[in-house]
Amino acid sequence: MDTIIENELVKELANKHGRTRDSLVPILQDLVVHKRFLSKQDMVDVARELDLSAADVFGTATFYSFLDTEPRGKYIIRVCKTISCAMKGKNDILSTIEEILKLNLGETSPNRKFSLLETNCIGWCHKAPAMLINDTPYTELTPEKVTEILREYIKK
Amino acid sequence: MSDKHVKRVDLIFEKAECRKILEKIMDVEPDHICQEVLESDLKGRGGAGFPTGLKWRFAAQEKDPVKYVVCNADEGEPGTFKDREILDQVPEKVFCGMAVAARAIGAKMGYIYLRGEYKFLIPKLNEKLNIFHKTMDEFNLNFRIQIRLGSGAYICGEESALFESIEGKRGEPRNKPPYPTSSGLFGKPTVINNVETLVYTVMIIRLGAAHFKELGTKDSRGSKVFSVSGDTPKAGIYELELGMSVDEFVQEFGDGDTKAVQVGGASGFCVPRKRFEETIIGFEGVPTGGSMKLFNSTRSMFNVLHNYLDFFTEESCGQCTPCRVGCQQLLKGVEAVKRGEKNSRYLDELVKLAKTMKRASKCGLGQSVGNAFGSIVENFREEIIY
Repeated sequence: MDTIIENELVKELANKHGRTRDSLVPILQDLVVHKRFLSKQDMVDVARELDLSAADVFGTATFYSFLDTEPRGKYIIRVCKTISCAMKGKNDILSTIEEILKLNLGETSPNRKFSLLETNCIGWCHKAPAMLINDTPYTELTPEKVTEILREYIKK
Repeated sequence: MSDKHVKRVDLIFEKAECRKILEKIMDVEPDHICQEVLESDLKGRGGAGFPTGLKWRFAAQEKDPVKYVVCNADEGEPGTFKDREILDQVPEKVFCGMAVAARAIGAKMGYIYLRGEYKFLIPKLNEKLNIFHKTMDEFNLNFRIQIRLGSGAYICGEESALFESIEGKRGEPRNKPPYPTSSGLFGKPTVINNVETLVYTVMIIRLGAAHFKELGTKDSRGSKVFSVSGDTPKAGIYELELGMSVDEFVQEFGDGDTKAVQVGGASGFCVPRKRFEETIIGFEGVPTGGSMKLFNSTRSMFNVLHNYLDFFTEESCGQCTPCRVGCQQLLKGVEAVKRGEKNSRYLDELVKLAKTMKRASKCGLGQSVGNAFGSIVENFREEIIY
């Protein structure tokens, strides 16, 4: 017989946000904050806690690009690739980051410190090119500036 | 020759005392608020342009005891960033606008749906929201606001997809009708307005409909906050009187070499230089949620179109076939033409496909892909082919 191992974090988040359907996305968002991604087990546990089908939770999670379902780094870098940023040197920013972190686009570093992704318009077109590191926006990037920013994160 | 030119306005970012507005709306019947907003001719500033007062009145007429006011802060259209600035600079005016709408329709609960990309605003918004809720208590107003975050899906800016998302589901647009004013969030009568629209309603209550109407044109009353980016020495956020032509806009914001302006973001229209003079920015010409992108002669319009199609292909929710398959085929199609695998007549087939998407897609996303596609292909055909 299977024994259910209590998922304390999921329980705690359900206590915080509630167990109705509209609590699902806030719970998933907080799980991503804590663990940087949604594991299959966590989604199954959320489904049990909210009395939903696991497929429903998986279906909802995979709809949203910020609800990652594969392991990501502690710092997720999302470089904006939409037109203004593309026009103002997004590719130079990307290759600078790739070089410094020894990562290709879409990859997570082996020590799970950094993930490098692209994203659609993040609303800083007037200060392009721009990127997010987790929730923090960085704008008017140059290869020098991005080198400086990453140096700080590497130290962390 | 004309006295029209680009005129700066300062209504949105000007500080306004929320208490005075609340005193004003407590003194009048709720329908008087709808009437005032209706008389101002204010149209939704998110891009679609539905008359705000009418929306409020429809919701007010519903008998359901539970109603909602939702602030659409899922500003995802490429090239718009003004709502972020409004929420950052004058959040209390946004809350106040929601309270005005709540009083007008009889709602006790409001939601702000903030895009995940703007999560960094949350601490400040929560701090201001605490103050706002205390003010609500002082005025004996039973109205509370909750903030919900998006998670990186452009489609959630579509009102019914936004409701689905708040309800904890995939952000897939619903069939319409029913419209939100009769069946919106949680199936209840709902007023959903863009951030900027809500702030304008505050100014209309404060200054009166007549004052607002003095600005703009017959079809586009008032002013609008524009997000200006691309090839311009003056990228930024500007509140301008409505009714100017693209030419007047370009004279103010261009770099002297502007060949095209994309009005309304990826889902808007591309206006080429030869049409600058005749094209009015507003509901009588090219409508916009505020996104104004300038391109100079060094830019390849193929790259611009390709970037937009790549965007739509990723952001289509995939629910309806015309949009899901259409976006992919438009993207593959222009790539094939560019590589020379398809001849130029194939572009005409693609334009037909974009028109079909306009008619057959379920929501505004699929319906508007053809705007940018048609206008860029029509005006810059040679850049797409060669």
